[in-house]
Parts: sequence; C-alpha cells; structure tokens
Amino acid sequence: MQDPTAAAPPYAGYEVGTPLADTRAPDGPLAERWNTRRFTAKLVNPANRRNRTVIVVGTGLAGGAAGATLAEQGYHVVQFCYQDSPRRAHSIAAQGGINAAKNYRNDGDSVRRLFHDTVKGGDFRSRESNVHRLAEVSTEIIDQCVAQGVPFAREYGGLLDTRSFGGVQVSRTFYARGQTGQQLLLGAYQALSRQIAAGRVEMHPRCEMLDLIVVDGRARGIVARDLVTGRIETHTADAVVLATGGYGNVFHLSTNAKNSNATAIWRAHRRGALLANPCFTQIHPTCIPRAGDHQSKLTLMSESLRNDGRIWVPRTPGDHRPPQDIPEDERDYYLERAYPAFGNLVPRDIASRAAKNVCDEGRGVGPGGQGVYLDFADAMERLGRRAVEEKYGNLFEMYERITDESPYETPMRIYPAIHYTMGGLWVDYDLQTTVPGLFAIGEANFSDHGANRLGASALMQGLADGYFILPATLGDYLASLPADLTPRAEIDDAHPDVRATVDEVADRLCALLSNNGDRSPESFQKELGELLWEECGMARDADGLRHALEEIPRLRAEFWRRIRVPGSGEAFNQSLEKAHRVSDYLELAELMCLDALHREESCGGHFRSESQTGTGEAERDDERFSYVAAWEFTGEGKPPVLHREELDFEDVRPSQRSYA
Amino acid sequence: MNAPHSTSDRTQPGATDDAETTDGAAHGTTDGAAHGATDGMELTLRIWRQPGPEEQGAMTTYRVTGISPDMSFLDMLDTLNERLIAEGDEPVAFDHDCREGICGACGMVINGQAHGPQPTTTCQLHMRHFDDGDTIDVEPWRAAAFPVIRDLVVDRGALDRVIGAGGYITAPTGSAPEAHATAVPKPAADTAFAHAECIGCGACVAACPNGAAMLFTAAKVVHLGVLPQGAPERESRVLDMVTAMDDEGFGGCTQVGACATACPKGIPFESISDMNREYLRAVRKGGRG
Amino acid sequence: MVNLLWRSTIGKKAVMAVSGLVMLLYLVAHMLGNLKIFFGPDDFNGYAHWLRTIGEPALGYEWTLWVVRVVLLAAVVLHIVAAYQLSRRDIAARPVGYAHRGASRLRMTFATRTMRWGGVILGLFIVWHILDLTTLTVNPHAEPGHPYENVVASFSTWYGNTIYIAAMLALGLHIRHGFAAAARSLGVTSARLAAGLRVTANGLALVLTAGFLAVPLAVMTGVVS
Repeated sequence: MQDPTAAAPPYAGYEVGTPLADTRAPDGPLAERWNTRRFTAKLVNPANRRNRTVIVVGTGLAGGAAGATLAEQGYHVVQFCYQDSPRRAHSIAAQGGINAAKNYRNDGDSVRRLFHDTVKGGDFRSRESNVHRLAEVSTEIIDQCVAQGVPFAREYGGLLDTRSFGGVQVSRTFYARGQTGQQLLLGAYQALSRQIAAGRVEMHPRCEMLDLIVVDGRARGIVARDLVTGRIETHTADAVVLATGGYGNVFHLSTNAKNSNATAIWRAHRRGALLANPCFTQIHPTCIPRAGDHQSKLTLMSESLRNDGRIWVPRTPGDHRPPQDIPEDERDYYLERAYPAFGNLVPRDIASRAAKNVCDEGRGVGPGGQGVYLDFADAMERLGRRAVEEKYGNLFEMYERITDESPYETPMRIYPAIHYTMGGLWVDYDLQTTVPGLFAIGEANFSDHGANRLGASALMQGLADGYFILPATLGDYLASLPADLTPRAEIDDAHPDVRATVDEVADRLCALLSNNGDRSPESFQKELGELLWEECGMARDADGLRHALEEIPRLRAEFWRRIRVPGSGEAFNQSLEKAHRVSDYLELAELMCLDALHREESCGGHFRSESQTGTGEAERDDERFSYVAAWEFTGEGKPPVLHREELDFEDVRPSQRSYA
Repeated sequence: MNAPHSTSDRTQPGATDDAETTDGAAHGTTDGAAHGATDGMELTLRIWRQPGPEEQGAMTTYRVTGISPDMSFLDMLDTLNERLIAEGDEPVAFDHDCREGICGACGMVINGQAHGPQPTTTCQLHMRHFDDGDTIDVEPWRAAAFPVIRDLVVDRGALDRVIGAGGYITAPTGSAPEAHATAVPKPAADTAFAHAECIGCGACVAACPNGAAMLFTAAKVVHLGVLPQGAPERESRVLDMVTAMDDEGFGGCTQVGACATACPKGIPFESISDMNREYLRAVRKGGRG
Repeated sequence: MVNLLWRSTIGKKAVMAVSGLVMLLYLVAHMLGNLKIFFGPDDFNGYAHWLRTIGEPALGYEWTLWVVRVVLLAAVVLHIVAAYQLSRRDIAARPVGYAHRGASRLRMTFATRTMRWGGVILGLFIVWHILDLTTLTVNPHAEPGHPYENVVASFSTWYGNTIYIAAMLALGLHIRHGFAAAARSLGVTSARLAAGLRVTANGLALVLTAGFLAVPLAVMTGVVS
C-alpha cells in the first residue's frame, strides 16, 4: 500500500483501453431476446442447488427480491445488510410509484411504449436490449407484488388504480399512497423472512461488506465486519451479488439514507469490476431546502406537487420581503416564462437547473438564498382548499412538521437535491460485472436508465433485477462453472487470496483507528460534498472539474493525516463505519469528476455548460459520446483506463429533447 | 487533550466551538435565556450510556448550546457527537438511517415517551418542541426482547423473527396469477394499507408497560388477513406469529393503549382486538388452516 | 385447542375474559338477591332457603347451589392463575424501567393501573366473605339458616364494614376496566360497539357497586336492623 497521506498528483488524463461489448444479449429481434436468453441459459439441477452458495449484499428491492427468489429456487443464500433489519433498506423511502406496461387504462400503453419512453428519458445513453427486457418484465412485477399482498391503491370496483407520472402520456404508475417503496419493500422483506425462517437464507444484519474476495479471477466471497462485535469475517460462496444501491451520499447532502454508501461497489471496482458512467447522477427538483449548517440529510417532496404548484422567485435579486408582500408583477414564474408549453412540469433535470440559475442570480429565497417558492395559492383559488388538502394533505403536513410553515398560508420552499445515481458497476445483459461470478443489481449497476431516470422506474428496475432477471441468469453462471474450480472448502482463512484481502481490510481499519488526528469523518464528507455539489453538481464545466480533480487528492491526503476515529474496532463503533465509508467516497469522487470532465457533452442529468443549445438546453454529442464509459481501476491516485461500450440504436432513433 | 479546530473551521462551522464541556465548566456566553435564531437553545441532556451489551450503563449528563429550533432531535445529537469526537470522547451511539420517518431505524425514549412528545419518529421530531433550558432524558427502548447493544442502540431482531414465523403470503416468484384476477374491495384494500404502514420501529414495545409486541404483530395479521390473497394462510399465520411473539419474551396486552399512543404511524389500537378475534377464530377452527 | 388457549398470552387472556364474565354474571344475580334484605328477615331468609331448593324434587337439596359454587370456583381459580402467570410474564418482559420521572403522554386510568392490586384485594375479600357469611367462621352472630341476622351482625362491626366497602370499591374499578378489556380480549372491535362497551362497563361498575354498598349502608344507618 502506498503512503496515503501523501497527496497523489492530480490526474485529469486517462488511457483508453480496449472497447467493451455486451456479449450476453442474444441477436435477433429486440422483443425476442429475453426469451432467447432464458432458453439458452444453462440450468442447475434442482438437487444440486442447495450445494451452491450465493452471497447477496443488500436487502432493498433488488437484494431482498433476489435473496427470496434464489432461496425459493433452492440455492443456499447468505445475505447481508448494514441495517439492524432487512426491512430498513432505503428503497423503503421511495414515494411515487412503480411503472408497468399493463395498459389497464386502455390508453395506448404497451411494452414497446414503456421501452421507448425509458430510452428517450435516459437521453439515449442506455442499452436497448436491457431496457426492452425491463419493460417486458414490468407486468410480471405487479402480478407478483399483488400476490404477496402489497396494498396498492384500488378503485371502487376493486381493481388497481394507476396514475400518470414523470411527464409521460399514459397512466401506468401503480402506487400505494405516497409509500409505494415501503409497501413493495415490505413485500420482498416478507418473502425473504419466510426463507430466513425456513433456514434457506442465512441472514446477517448489522454486517457490512468491506471487500470482495477474488480467487483465480472469480468472485468467491466477501470480507465483512460484524458491526456489533467489530469482528472481521470472511464469507465464501460460488457467486456474489451486490445490491447495495447508489452512491449519492458522496455529495454529503442527498435524499439517500444517512448510512447508504458506496463501499461495496467501490471495493468491487478496485478488485477489477468496471464502473460505468459514474458522473450520471440525478438531481430531484422538489426537496425541502436545508434549514442550516447542522443539517446532514435532505427530504424529498413528491414530484406530483408540481402538477398544481407554481414555481416562482422575486424578480429582483436581494428582495427579502415575505412572499405575501411581493406583488404579482414583481414575481418571476421562471419555468412558465421559459417553457410555456410544459411550464412547471418540465423534466427533473431542467427544473433543477433553472432553480439553481435563479439562486445563483441572487434571487433565491429562504435561509442562505437556497430555495424557490412552490405556490399553491392559485390552485386553492381554482380547486378550493379542500381539494388541495385531499390531494396533497399528507405532503403538506410533512412539510409543516419539518419547516414549521404551513403551505396553505405561505408558499412552500423547495430546492433540488441529489436523489439517484444512474451510474454504477458495469454489467452485461446477464447483470454480471467484469469480474466473473460478481453480479450487480438495482441501483448498484448502471444498466437501464442511461443518463437520466424516469420517475417510478427505480422500483421497477430493482424488482425486475431481483425477482426475474438475476434468478434466470445466475443459474447459467453456476451451471457453467469449470470442473477444476477451487472448491469452497479450500477457500478458507488460510487461503493466500483470502488472507491478503482480510489483511488489507484490517490495515485500513487500523489506520483509521490509530491516526488520532483532529477532524471527524463528518467534516470530511461535508467538505467533499460541498466541493462536488459546486463542481460536479447540476451544471459542470471543464475548469470546475479540473479544480475538483486537484482538490480531491489533497483532501484525501488530509483525511489520512487528520482523521480522528474514537473508540475501538472490536465494538459497535459508528465513527469507524462512517470514516471507512468516507475514505471510499474520497476515491470514488475523483473518478466521478474525471468521467464528467471526459464527457464533453450534455445528456440527461449530466449538464456541461460548454455543451448547450442557444436556448440553454442540454446538447448531446452522439458523434463522439454515444457510448457507455466503463472505467478500470489501475491504482489509487492513478489515471484509470477507459473502456467504451458503443451504443447501437435499432428501434429508437436518438433525437434532441425539446420542452420549449 | 483538545486539538485545535481553527484549521478546520471552514468545514465545521459552529459544530464544536460553541459547545460546552461535560464537566460543567463556566460557560463563556451570557445569553442563558435567549431563544433567538442566532444563539439557539441551551439544553441539558441526560443520556443513557452503556459501552456494550454485557456492561453496566448509566445516565450521563451533557450540556449543549446553540441548538436551533429547526434542528431535528437527531441533528441535535449529531451536534453533540461532533463535539464529543473533537474532545476525544466516544460519540453517543444511536440507530438512524433514512431520517424521513419511514425506515423505522431510529427510536429512543425521550422524557419517558417513545419517540418523544410528538406523534412521529425521533428523526422527525424537531427541537422547536422543546424550550431553552430544558433538561431532556434520553433512554433506549426498554424490553426484555430488545437487549441493549450500546448506548441507545437495541437489538430488535425479535420483530423480524415474528414476521418470519408467518407475516407473509406464500407466493414464490413466478407463481403469481394476473394481478386483476382477483378484485379486492376498496375498503379491504384501504384497511390493509392502514395496517401495512407499520415501520417496525418498536415504539409500541418500548411504550408498553408489559413490553408487548401486540400492536406490531396485529398490524401484520390484519394487513394480510383482510386481503383475499391472505385467506389461505389466515389461521396458521395468526397462530404462528402469536407463538413466535410469546417465545421471544414479549409481554401480553393489558389494554393500556400506550402502544397506539406512541405509534408514529397511527396503527389503530383496535387492531389488537382484531388479532384476538383472529386468534380465537383460528383456535375454534382447530388450529392449522 | 385447550393447549392453544392456555399456552399463548392471547388465549390465556381469553380465559380470563370468559371467567371474569362468568363471575360478573353471578355478581349481578348476587347483588339483586342481596337487595331482598330490604323486604325484611322473612323474605330474605326465605330467599336464601329457596336458593338451596332450586330444582327440587328433580335435584337434591343444595345441588344447584353446589353446581354454581363449583363453576364459580373454577372461574375464580382460572382467573387468578391466568392473571398470576400473565403478570409474571409482563413483569419479566420489561425488567428495566425508564429513569425519567415526570409526566408522560401516557394517561392510564386509575382503574387500569389498579387492576393487579385490585384483583389481589378482591381475592382476599372472597376468602373473608366466605368465612364471614358462608361458613360463618368469623361471623359475630354465626347462626346457620339465618343469613339476615348474620348480615346485620357482620355490618354492625367496624371491620366488617371497612373490609366490605373497600372491596366493593375495588370491585367497581375492576369491572370498569375489566369488562371492556374482556370484550377486546375476545375480539370485539368496532368503534360503535367500543363506545357502547365503555358505557356498559361504567354502568355495570356503578350499579353493582351501589347495589352491594346499599346493604352495609342500610345497616349502618339503621334502615336494616
């Protein structure tokens, strides 16, 4: 290990490696590919499945669904989550709904339309075959969840209700009030609990994966820390599945759970898994602005509020009058002004960027000028207070509890926040990473959302991966293992590869504990987050990204010089957990900025100021950047290698988005 | 022992420098009663500190200053912890994750009340519900079935095992019929949802003088029991879950109602008698469904 | 089935509810019978004698009374054993209390808080009551076949009155919480019923307490002598 306290020279360059291709998706018509793949996949004899061990890390929608399904199929599953219960994974916080091409409304929806909408919404940076499969599987998800007892909203006739969401023209979003994620997750959790009770899933709560064990080039296990006793444990398996979610907390302030982290995917990346499109991050326009420096977590308000609320700021910078005192002609309804056709309903990225722009002009409202008004006065006049209360009552209540202001009396304040990361571990059509035997599902992979995710599609992807796709493709890997594969029994703590990995983990934890510096883990995460938000947030440019690429190695060196972690490693120690997570953010952040710097185009959630149309819209450069950027790790602080996976569009023709 | 913070001021504004040490040393500022946004509140916290499951614990007193009324209770504890780290002490351990009131991870007994004085989760409790100069007692969930791991962190695995005993509908992936094959009357769907809102935080157990998990168990029994999909396992579910609940060492119900008062999600108290009825019905039907 | 009922907390609670309701039913009859004392010694003693001859000649002397006594004894024993076992469980389930002292959001009614001690008081009272007016072991008058005179004698002592009045107040409180709780233990839920149950519970508690207290008060005030 090199001396981490010495700042590595900043890198802004990278090498280009061999192109990458997804060799798993079959040829033939798009609509036939998933069928074909399922047919060509080898099967593991049911009698042999219990002799195959699969590690699943994470218990959200993807991980929970995968763990339950693999156990139902007969595999021996060993599952991990850092929370005290698998029911707490952050999928639980998703509000809006889940898309599915059921066409129950007879409004022209179809698998093909959902597929088209998703590719377009992703700004043509996703793989057609993956997205088509997602749309196909979507209908089965609803069937599965209903059978589990998920209490979706229903109409008086007893049939499922749907609503439209995310600016699409059909009503295909199934929902359970504002708690769809919770209800879907509890469905998966209950299925998983049944398998745990039956002894088919060995569940390790409060246990965090800290590294990946690779033997003979294959993923064969993980090193994990029991968060209660502090013990470092090794767990071996025939395959490892990462369902550890996104890395939005690299920004410090996000809508992610406080402990959501990037360690599993980053450690896998360091062990050889390519990381794809790390700069594709989604910013949600309607979060509650933070109240002060003390705050370390942002809360999302459902996007549905934009259906009736009007967004505005004062016309003149520095106007600090209360909103009621600002007359109509001194208000700037900037979205309605700039996008007369879509008004307040422009896509997430556009609404977010516009809010940032007016705040940068000094016209922001609330503490620190980091907010814009979302005003329901007109809606209440038009629909009546009662109607507004019926539609948004619970959201208003939540807003009032947090801010102590009633949206019925004074306009809400909102501000964009990091919400979802489209980037993640590169996977092929089988959801396998570039490390054989290592699979990534849900938000942890990069696969289906391109450069921007549509509303209500995250839940769909997590469950598609977990219930239906991975269980079909993992068997193929397990059935194809070579006969001379090192048996699991030989991969014990004495195995040199295992020992080396455990030693590295132990050294890293020891370095954190023994440093005795003067700064807390939180202070570093905050400093890093502020830097990223500024330079790699809603709008990015080459100068800012270069600045960030200079700052990050400096901050990383400072971290290893000045970090203070009280307490011991052999006990429950939340400071140690946090410090370790932050140390990985400090590495991941650098790659994010490099990815953002290299992609000299704007697409979806990635907006480069240099690449915009005359009207300030994102301008893609399909000539140069119609590819997935998959990065290979070459060493800490060393320039990574870029592998390009070119994207072919057969069915959808890329076009420039316009909402004016 | 205190390391200088001046070099890190930029990143830790106000987090450490205006807090007072635990030994009650003279406080520099004179604003005692000020509730203003600039100075914030001054509070005395009495927090249960316990280094490990097998070790003795005690209430320990801390004073915090500069607490903004807009902070959540957990933000306030973060502030204290940042200071403790700066002083070389170990921060107060507490469970937390989503901080949006939905994951159910956080939970502490504040002034004798599970999740504190408001009907919400601890992460959604804001300091504006306290007054400058208040003394606040902070304790972990107390129940035999919830052993303390450290400080305010307890082991709630018993609740997971109650779910594992029967809190599900057996529907292996791929076996599901078309979603519209069975219509569910809206009232049943709404009742199911109202009970499915439980976040498994354990406040009901903490509030109950008997450490009972009746409200938690009842919420799941009713949620799945009112749906047609849940009918085939209706009897075995309630029998198995209640057996698991008893085996985990939770107490019984004495109809006090503290659970429903503490519940941040408003699970109705009536669900307990619903479960009693379901249980007796299952017994009458001869046990297994 | 018996196993399922007795082994689980919910089942045992149902046993308590049913045994409690059996005792409540008995108490209603008992209280109404007591009021016969206002009709004078002949009526009251006649009524007491009739109780022993119910069912004759098909049944023998005191047969019915003994059936009632056996049923009551079973109810009392089940009620007490279940209560004891459940209480031990409940106390074990919360071994450590909260350090915080002060007002809590939880407002338990006095009746709820006193269920356990009230139950103990009632149990002891039953023993006293049997010794006093059934076996006449401690009765100052103690003349078999003359319950009227025995009652008057018992309520002419300060301790007889004190014990009886205290026990009847405990009984009222016990019924007040116990009746509605029993209904919930047996799964009676609906909100409309719940309101009715509360009214019924309070009414029963009031009527029974008043009815039972009427006798010692009447003796004390000389209305009955």
